[in-house]
Amino acid sequence: MIDPVRIPSALLPRLFRVVENCPELSDVSTLAILPVDGTLDAGRPGQFNMLYAFGVGEIAISISGNPSDNSALLHTIRNVGAVSGALCALREGATLGLRGPFGTPWPLTDQTGRDLLFIAGGLGLAPLRSAILQALAMRSAFRSISLLVGARSPSQILYPAQLADWAGGGALRLSLTVDRAIPGWTGMVGVVTTRLERALEGCDPANVSALVCGPEVMMRHCCLALEDMGVPSSAQWISMERNMKCATGSCGHCQFGPDFVCRDGPVFRWDRIAERLRIREI
Amino acid sequence: MAESYFLTDPRRLLEDWLSAGWRVIAPLLRDDALVPDILHDPDALPRGYTDQQAPGRYRLVPGDSERWFDAVVGPQGWKRWLHPPERKLWSARRGETGFEVTPDTEDWPATIFFGVRPCDLAAIARQAEVFRRAGDPAYTTRLAATRIVAVNCGRSAETCFCASMQTGPGARSAHDLALTEIEGGLLVEIGSKDGTAMLEGRALPTATPAQVQQAALRIEAAATSQPRAMPAKIAKRLQEVPDDPHWEEIASRCLHCANCTAVCPTCFCTDVTDRTSLDGKTAERWQRWDSCFSLDFSFLNGGPVRSSTAARYRQWMTHKLSSWHEQFGSSGCTGCGRCITWCPAGIDLVAEAGALAKGE
Repeated sequence: MIDPVRIPSALLPRLFRVVENCPELSDVSTLAILPVDGTLDAGRPGQFNMLYAFGVGEIAISISGNPSDNSALLHTIRNVGAVSGALCALREGATLGLRGPFGTPWPLTDQTGRDLLFIAGGLGLAPLRSAILQALAMRSAFRSISLLVGARSPSQILYPAQLADWAGGGALRLSLTVDRAIPGWTGMVGVVTTRLERALEGCDPANVSALVCGPEVMMRHCCLALEDMGVPSSAQWISMERNMKCATGSCGHCQFGPDFVCRDGPVFRWDRIAERLRIREI
Repeated sequence: MAESYFLTDPRRLLEDWLSAGWRVIAPLLRDDALVPDILHDPDALPRGYTDQQAPGRYRLVPGDSERWFDAVVGPQGWKRWLHPPERKLWSARRGETGFEVTPDTEDWPATIFFGVRPCDLAAIARQAEVFRRAGDPAYTTRLAATRIVAVNCGRSAETCFCASMQTGPGARSAHDLALTEIEGGLLVEIGSKDGTAMLEGRALPTATPAQVQQAALRIEAAATSQPRAMPAKIAKRLQEVPDDPHWEEIASRCLHCANCTAVCPTCFCTDVTDRTSLDGKTAERWQRWDSCFSLDFSFLNGGPVRSSTAARYRQWMTHKLSSWHEQFGSSGCTGCGRCITWCPAGIDLVAEAGALAKGE
């Protein structure tokens, strides 16, 4: 006979406290949080955490702060459902649960000497911001840094003050474009794919590494267009989104072909998944 | 050759184990089917049954009154014990300065699974691999405190195709003891040190070479009697046919009821939900089985990724027979045939795989 065994608990969150809830857009907030006990794991750019709102549920949110800043962990959240709404409503001092960090990071440290091109569509700038901050911190490692940001309208541009700082300081070359202009907008109009040629100006396409985050259809068209312009398909990365529940590769929800987006992604090299993205409803 | 013994009546072993305090779980008669459940009395072990299985059909019927194990797999494998349909993960209580989380634990008594068919042995090994890679210790903790008595199949149902999946009808995955029904009783083979310990105190006669041979012949006959065989190169083939019109044809018959995923002994997908008290002070986090056939399964902001039945069937079948190899190093199918038997529309996985493999 053997003794009874105790079955351990799983998927247990750590408790965090909101340090600041900073409104970004009408339906988007950034939560700055710190662990109630113990040390902070800031994660790596591109990774995500599972954030839990008491009694409501848990969702995957990308890390969007500075990876070398340990004063707080930042998550930018759009209020689109019950859990994201509850998280966006958390005030300073409120508690939330966190599991993570999970997933694959943007491969920045392998891009020495290359021309970095970040392409963000809408809220896709949030998961890229950590990578941009990391790239700026190691600026001399790259030949150039460009950032192309597309938004539906001028009022939907995320982190406008920080974008202005980056562009004004000359640390990176910024292109902004909107799908629809409003009175007073003097910038460019059109989807991001129409601005790619300009974003690549002065770069040898073969030396460009592209890091792309936005709606799936936008990422696919960007990567196809970049390929046409001569950017190697093996030098492009995208961040995929799927329904995530466990973040450990055992609930099955985020499967994307043979990959679990939570574990094998969310950052994938484009040439590995390009063919799969063509398939409807995969 | 492994040590083998002869046993006239399996109830003698069950008596030993029950009196030693083991919890014994065995396929028992439940709602006209054989379902693994807790055995309290050795005489409750079903005897004299066989089964009729076909696409969309299962009948447990009287057979040879002397035989114990002619009826093969029923609607449930051992999944509901090792990977329960519902599991409380933890609970939380709201206090003055936020909320606190309390882990949920349960005790798993020393358990013997009695009567695990070779296809289900393979299924247990494959699910264990899923949870091992995920770092969820619950499954393997339960399994480590469980002894497994396998039953080799001397008869196949019409829906069985384990031979083509290389999982049976003789035990090929880890077990402690294996029984094979032969003339006048059972051949008992020892599969592990724990298996040897399980026979302590019961001096069984060593099996004769003729008995050993008879068992092997019965297993061989069960293998050759299987009318279905999975196409050998189905894993690779499914990667080539995501746009095949046959998926739509299957979808015209599939009710997306999720029966196949519920009865599948390897399907592991789960969802998590919060159960919150009406006063809002306490919340429990529950994990429960989910199915890739449900519309919510792939829900993303904006709607489900896989809204059509064709896409959901393709996901299930491609995952089971193809992606699983890349994810976990083996097929996700063990050839138990349950998805064929328990499909209310009688969709036959092997026949559909055959149709998709055509034109290869």
